Amino acid sequence: MSQQYFSWGRYPNVKQTKSVVVDRYTDMPTCEDSVLPYGNGRSYGDSCLNEGGVLVGTEYLNHFIAFDVETGILRCESGVLLSDILALIVPQGWFLPVTPGTKFVSVGGAIANDVHGKNHHCAGTFGCHVRCFELLRSDGQRLLCSPEENVEYFKATIAGLGLTGMITWAELQMRRVPNAAVNVENIKYGNISEFFQLSADSDKDYEYTVAWVDCLATGRNLGRGHFMRGNHAPSQAGCPSHSERKFNVFLDPPISLINKTSLRAFNTVYYHRQLVRSKHSIAHHDSFFYPLDSIHNWNRIYGPKGFLQYQCVIPLNASPDAIAEMLRSIARMGTGSFLLVLKVFGDVESPGYLSFPRSGATLALDFPYQGELTRRLFSQLDDIVDQANGAIYPAKDAHMSAVGFKQYYPNWTKLAELKDPNVSSSFWRRVTGEQ
Amino acid sequence: MKRVLIIGATSAIAEAVAQRYAKKGEKLFLVGRNQQKLDTMVDDLKVRGAHLVDSSAVDLTDCGAHEAVIEEAKRALGEIDIVLIAHGTLGDQKQCELSYQDTLKEFQTNALSVISLLTLLANDMEQRRSGVLAVISSVAGDRGRQSNYIYGATKATVSVFLQGLRNRLSPSNVQVLTIKPGFVDTPMTADIPNKGALWATPGDIADGIIQSIDKKRNVVYLPWFWWGIMTIIKLVPEAIFKRLKL
Repeated sequence: MSQQYFSWGRYPNVKQTKSVVVDRYTDMPTCEDSVLPYGNGRSYGDSCLNEGGVLVGTEYLNHFIAFDVETGILRCESGVLLSDILALIVPQGWFLPVTPGTKFVSVGGAIANDVHGKNHHCAGTFGCHVRCFELLRSDGQRLLCSPEENVEYFKATIAGLGLTGMITWAELQMRRVPNAAVNVENIKYGNISEFFQLSADSDKDYEYTVAWVDCLATGRNLGRGHFMRGNHAPSQAGCPSHSERKFNVFLDPPISLINKTSLRAFNTVYYHRQLVRSKHSIAHHDSFFYPLDSIHNWNRIYGPKGFLQYQCVIPLNASPDAIAEMLRSIARMGTGSFLLVLKVFGDVESPGYLSFPRSGATLALDFPYQGELTRRLFSQLDDIVDQANGAIYPAKDAHMSAVGFKQYYPNWTKLAELKDPNVSSSFWRRVTGEQ
Repeated sequence: MKRVLIIGATSAIAEAVAQRYAKKGEKLFLVGRNQQKLDTMVDDLKVRGAHLVDSSAVDLTDCGAHEAVIEEAKRALGEIDIVLIAHGTLGDQKQCELSYQDTLKEFQTNALSVISLLTLLANDMEQRRSGVLAVISSVAGDRGRQSNYIYGATKATVSVFLQGLRNRLSPSNVQVLTIKPGFVDTPMTADIPNKGALWATPGDIADGIIQSIDKKRNVVYLPWFWWGIMTIIKLVPEAIFKRLKL
């Protein structure tokens, strides 16, 4: 069973073994080494890895249990993917209350990382829509957790990175939509202050907002990009056609295909692709929410060394300056990727003790792993985040310091108390020093 | 609306087939060993849109129980249009080499119980002059290899039985489909390390099975490239083959 299991960033590359639970009534495997529940492996860094230990896959916990088409309450096992849920509920007039940028995450993973989406300013995190779940501990104990029952475990498990035990099933509240398609307005804007203005103007009237930023633009163009804002289309709008055609990166290129030249070329063309300032369209939900899902294994384009994502959040009062400074550091280094995402979070509070999203602006960007160069840039970015009282997202992380973690997540001690003694992860050992 | 009986329903491939039929709104009857797993599937298939799902927990190695369970399925479904037989075990080759009893057990599970079920179902369908009998055999039944010839021999038994049955039922308008999957990533093969490019998912195989039923095929390798691989393997002269470490 010793096989390579990667996180989505394919960095770090660690040795571990993998086992599975075959149904939701079975206990977790007992072994000497620590175990870690593993969903679909879409966390970027080392939070879904367990070097020297065992991953316990939930891929066979893929059953729906009940769906009430009147109330939108869905109960399913934790290995069910969001893509399975969408295939079931969209034709029945329902949609996910919150969705991340890929639909290939498991329900267990979405809860354990308390994922967020383009509607955070209205709907909060995924964890805000979890009604209850069953938590299986390594000693065989099964806890029904909800806002009323086993409340502490409920709060520690949402955003708990799988460390409190394995979620076997969960009950989620879906939301009714007139149409799964989205009415989108795409606005080309010129610099970072325009972004914050657009965001402030849009968050009240638009459920979904996010911006793509040209990470290489500097000077008075710093932070330029495209601001996307949208709402679900009315039912009479119909649904635009959508090709299920998939591309697949089926082998590893020997080096990263993302470099200074390819990046500059892409960003320039992408920024200028729209000549007018604002453009309206109706987008299929797949192309609006999951543009990268149409390229299978896109993570391989960074070559054998893999990549890291840097995602942080900065409190709103400090964010225009701090984000501008981060963008300058990134542009100076000439590294990064074509996908830099900027969004302003709202203040809907998550039940999760270790939830990442909080009021402020969040920036996310991939970097091909280049050893020392990447580490140097990340430590510059960390300094900016720390000074601005920001935080870094564990689900995307393979570098944050133990000091940083404890500062960003003062509730980490509560997770430490409720953590399953036989469960651990590479991430947890790295940021707590626990063995 | 099709009425589908799935035997060995909790196996990963059978389950993937059941999910696809459920999505199309068909009627399903599931037979398996573990009631709890069957209940889990029944709930799941109802949510996915099956018009009707019922199940029965039976130890399929007990051939005496076959007639009753088929009757039960008929009562639930009305009549049976499609049968998928998917149960089986990947026994321990080394253990079987040491013990005839273990070998017999493998034959009982993988071959004789299948023949018992097919005898009952085939007579029924022959009389009604319609129906589909789809049975999961294996590429392992195409040629005996030292690493798993007991399993291979049970599957070869099934494949030849189906060949004859197809010949017999051809005038009666009954489709007999022999399904030969290659390597499939299921709990049955969870212990095999380093699965490479030849491995398929249960979903891939299920898509292939449903397509083959719809297209009225006879024998199908899944995924398709196993036809090429097995053709080459079958062509190797025995004098050479016997010296290979396969």
